[in-house]
Amino acid sequence: MAVALGKKFNFQEYIKSLKFALYCITHPLDGFWDLTHEKRGTYAAANTILFLTLLIRVLKLRYTSFIFLTVYWEGINIFLYIASVAFPLAMFVVGNWGLTTLFDGKGRLGQVYMASCYALTPYPLIQFPLMIFSNFVTVDEAEFYSVISVISLVWAALLMIAAMGQIHEFGMGKNLLFMVASLFAMLVIVFILLLFFSMISQGVAYFISLAKEIMFRL
Amino acid sequence: MKRIIKSIGALALGAIVIATSSLSVMASDNSYTYNYDYWGDVQDSPDAYTVNNVYTATSFGLDMNFKSPQGMFVKGNMVYICDTGNNRIVQLERTGTEQFEVVRIIDSIKGNTDVKNLSGPTDIAVSDEGDIFISDNGNARIVKVDSDLNYLLQFNLPVDSTVSAESTFQPSKIVIDTAGRVYCIATTINQGLCKYEPDGTFSGFVGATPVTFDWVDYIWKKFATQEQRVRMASFVPTAYDNIYMDHEGFIYACAGGMDEDDLDSGAADAIRKLNLMGNDILVQNGEYPVYGDLYWGKGGGYEGPSYFTDVTVFDNDIYVCLDKNRGRLFGYDDQGKTVFCFGGNGNMDGYFRQPVAIEHMGHDLLVLDSLDCSVTLFTPTEFGELIYDAIEEFDAGNYEASGESWQKVMELDGNYDLAYIGIGRSLLRQKKYGEAMDYFELKYDDENYSKAYKQYRKEWVEDHIVIIVIVILAAFLIPLSIGRIKKIKHEIDTADIFET
Repeated sequence: MAVALGKKFNFQEYIKSLKFALYCITHPLDGFWDLTHEKRGTYAAANTILFLTLLIRVLKLRYTSFIFLTVYWEGINIFLYIASVAFPLAMFVVGNWGLTTLFDGKGRLGQVYMASCYALTPYPLIQFPLMIFSNFVTVDEAEFYSVISVISLVWAALLMIAAMGQIHEFGMGKNLLFMVASLFAMLVIVFILLLFFSMISQGVAYFISLAKEIMFRL
Repeated sequence: MKRIIKSIGALALGAIVIATSSLSVMASDNSYTYNYDYWGDVQDSPDAYTVNNVYTATSFGLDMNFKSPQGMFVKGNMVYICDTGNNRIVQLERTGTEQFEVVRIIDSIKGNTDVKNLSGPTDIAVSDEGDIFISDNGNARIVKVDSDLNYLLQFNLPVDSTVSAESTFQPSKIVIDTAGRVYCIATTINQGLCKYEPDGTFSGFVGATPVTFDWVDYIWKKFATQEQRVRMASFVPTAYDNIYMDHEGFIYACAGGMDEDDLDSGAADAIRKLNLMGNDILVQNGEYPVYGDLYWGKGGGYEGPSYFTDVTVFDNDIYVCLDKNRGRLFGYDDQGKTVFCFGGNGNMDGYFRQPVAIEHMGHDLLVLDSLDCSVTLFTPTEFGELIYDAIEEFDAGNYEASGESWQKVMELDGNYDLAYIGIGRSLLRQKKYGEAMDYFELKYDDENYSKAYKQYRKEWVEDHIVIIVIVILAAFLIPLSIGRIKKIKHEIDTADIFET
């Protein structure tokens, strides 16, 4: 998913595709159809949106008023914090693609990724002004903050559903079914990863103890 | 691919390290006095109290040692210690900072009663008029005598439909209010406190703890047979362990041992402040509920949550709870925020084996240990006195003086949250909103921060109203006028006059 694979980077096209994200979030069905079928989206724009999402999420830690977000700095690992969004997203993309490709889904892996990233647009768009706004309110007005914050998340979630439906050319029922199925696919991936890592660590531990034993005997 | 797997592996490893490190138990053995900060982390603190002296019966000049003493009461300079095992009450007078002299030993009463010898007195209370109330547990009565120990009247088993007339009355703890009413905790009675009128008649129960049960228990009970039900724990209110009447006439009650799950879910009230109606009006605005230690890790002679066995309330509304299980003293202010925690289980001075009663004398604290048969006298340090000073000055309305005291507290202990909030509140009262906000933000006090910010914002708007109006007008007028100019220009361009 490198920026504009192979092709020469076209700045005009990039800006245009980035602006297209704004069309997507207001006209999800039409927008996400055009995104892949009319090739109006670019990976560069998708990467930018994902980067902005992660950046805003990290910035929020520092610049949101402590009324809404108190941060235990000793317990923050910035890489884990970024991974807490990026990793589930990656799992969702892989899980969703893996499932839908078996059931007539038209979207390719890259397209699923691109559409998912475009669906995240409301998050940076709303959370950034909200972050600044949070510094100008008191606890009595905290409701505004939480309501708008929830709106941004719900909006992104709805866009995600709409996007997947359009990418794979699924109907409403089938789409929802596969969204839920994707969540289970994510669980399966987590399970397999855990199994994998625990197996590896067991194996490594075995050889380490074997080597130690030999060293003691020598 | 290899690199991806490697980095994911590193991530997972990191997650495992973090997950396991949070399991390790927090050791708080670094300093004698400590405090909990906003995050619930233990913050070492300078000592708020130091042990002035530890007294045993011999050091008071008595020939017989205490035997499992249960109760203690302080009135003015007088200290009464209920030496339950020896069927006597020792009255002491404090004559100097460390000096106590035995006034008399009360082991029998005079006057018009058949039973004159006390039997296992568990508590004593003295009214302003000098009348003495003794919870005479072994004789199944609370007896009221005058200051010369002449029998006046006695309080017997409550006459109530819920109390079996055959059961023995076992009063354990008593308090009296200014009108001479007696409130008593009795073993086997869990309907609340027994309340007696001054003339000795029983007038009802007050302040029963609300019965709590969870749904699982309830459903199980529905299906259980009669025999099983008997064996199951019944849903009854927990009986109080101890009571204390503060200077305003509110009763502070210790609800005794708490279930760990109840404490976790916040369902348990370890300390209750009862008003006349028997309702709990204790303010709990602290980050953590009033239940003593936050961590109950097993080890070092400690296990399980704090068990408040007694409480005493200063005139500045700070109350100190005595923890029987962990041998500690926990001070809370009127907002339920931790002021200090100190003590521990052990044999050294300042540590306890089985503390049962706590009383205060001015700002000094007296703790009675029933296994050690000793009384420990704590006196506040400079640090402790500064805290009291700051709180008392604030209550008196001397906000600046309070702020200065808190400043000194902060200089002694930079990790003391209350000092920052105290300085902030003092600045807030002095209308220095911006500075106050800084202090509140440091210690995450959002309520007070919002109070300060509201005023700050109001002031700011008032100061900059001209600029704000100009900016708003500009925001409306400039686009409007640009549109108008464009329109005029367009009309001129397309006007018929110029077409020739």
